[in-house]
Amino acid sequence: MEVPILKQGFYLIASIQSALTDEDLSQLREALVERVGRLRARGVIVDVTALDVMDSFAVRTLRDLAHMTRLRGAETVIVGIQPEVAFAMVQLGLTLKGVATALDLEEGLEFLDRSGRERTNRA
Amino acid sequence: MSTKERPSPSPQPPPSQQETAGLLRELVSHLRQNRTQLREEWARRITRAQLLTAMTEEEIFAEATSVYDNYVEALETGTFEALQAYARNLSERIIPRGVETHEVVGIVLLLRDVLARSLFAKYHEDFTKLNRILDAYEPAANRIANTVAVGFVQERERVIRQQQEAIRELSTPVLQVRERLLILPIIGVIDPQRARQLTEQLLRAIRTNRAKVVVIDITGVAAMDGNVANHLVQTVEASRLLGATVIVTGLSPEIAQTLVTIGVDLSEMATVGDLQGGIEEAERLLGYKVLPLAEVGSQS
Amino acid sequence: MPDEIRWEIAADRDVVQARQSAREQAAEAGFTAGDQTVIAAAVSEIARNILMYARRGTITLRVDINDHRRGIIVVARDDGPGIADIPRALQDGFSTSGGLGVGLPGSRRLMDEFEVQSQAGRGTTVTMKKWKRHG
Repeated sequence: MEVPILKQGFYLIASIQSALTDEDLSQLREALVERVGRLRARGVIVDVTALDVMDSFAVRTLRDLAHMTRLRGAETVIVGIQPEVAFAMVQLGLTLKGVATALDLEEGLEFLDRSGRERTNRA
Repeated sequence: MSTKERPSPSPQPPPSQQETAGLLRELVSHLRQNRTQLREEWARRITRAQLLTAMTEEEIFAEATSVYDNYVEALETGTFEALQAYARNLSERIIPRGVETHEVVGIVLLLRDVLARSLFAKYHEDFTKLNRILDAYEPAANRIANTVAVGFVQERERVIRQQQEAIRELSTPVLQVRERLLILPIIGVIDPQRARQLTEQLLRAIRTNRAKVVVIDITGVAAMDGNVANHLVQTVEASRLLGATVIVTGLSPEIAQTLVTIGVDLSEMATVGDLQGGIEEAERLLGYKVLPLAEVGSQS
Repeated sequence: MPDEIRWEIAADRDVVQARQSAREQAAEAGFTAGDQTVIAAAVSEIARNILMYARRGTITLRVDINDHRRGIIVVARDDGPGIADIPRALQDGFSTSGGLGVGLPGSRRLMDEFEVQSQAGRGTTVTMKKWKRHG
């Protein structure tokens, strides 16, 4: 199942609609990384509101995604983690360490704007 | 059973199931025939033993009637589901009245004794028959006593748990003091159950209030062991997954030590000495400027 | 509600199915949303474990209702290489797959009861249970 990826300004937004297999997640990661490169995106938002479980594979894939996009100059934010999912994740010992997270799409965009400004200031 | 010693009967073959059933029928019919006086005898004994003092005589009588009938019915049918349901029902009614476990066990045992005595009275001239009747009666009566007592205790435990839950909910409010800022003051003893509840409540509140900063104040926490400390760390991590920053305040040196011992990297956790300081830090993070009052007037 | 549900785990699509089904069963059994997620996550991890180490196996799920409490019992079985050193495998932070999956310790943390039976070369059986809290 393919996850739709939208372009909003310099950002890419991927909204996951339903449960994804490992294969789907890997594909999503590939697609996002490819697009970041091709479209010179500066930020990626992955909305996982619809995911009712985040297991080790999902976490690892998202971590890899964040790492890979950063190498290409784009920051990735994961938004929409549900309270129960967050709770299960920390109990499982799965952290999204090193990956930015925000409450929802709006917060995610704000985060990207802010970190974009910070990068410009530093440059 | 009774403290009287029964002379041992001459060896008899054990009763067949049919015989036992027949004996039970006989005794049930005896108990039904003598219902009124046995029930009264029982009620008198209850008062004499000073049980069910929380209830009036009318109430005792009313309950005694249904307990008696359910008791005899259980003896008759040999099934206990109806009795179990009744026991739970009864418990639900009398627990709020303040009736305690020893009272419930007490009255059921008294009924068992009253009925046993009446069986003695009826069959005392025929020891063999008496023994057989008691052989049929005792296991059933004991099971009844057990069923009622256990039913009561379970219901009581359930009520207590409910109350504890309610208290926990009340005692751990998540406060929204400003937009996007939540405060969670934790007071008292935290057991794993409560810790879990706190975390769930907090995470839900973060989402509902779209909080960006949470101040968790543990000044009032009595003691923290490794488990609870772990839980605190998990709460901080889970909050971050929801995009909120957590500031922990009120960390005593002892608790800080516990955290370090379990391997928590305190540099990862934002901590501030006291609640006030934590709130100020939170406001700073949120972009509020905190001005001393004197300056406020001249700002406009 | 059926007595026992069983899933064959042979492909990664099965992992998704197993965990979604586990969540449904947990919901039907009356577990809270939080616990449903936890149970689904544990099933997901254990299913993933099967795929990773044994390539195929089965997971069965049963709801156990008795007088006092209600629980979900999940049993994962495979005929894979087995685990030589069980205590070590249950230790936090231990994983033979180089950090893939959270292995047994992760699932164990999520469930109330957790038991592993395994012998090198003889496959593995993991039994885990979660009880519904009263009130």
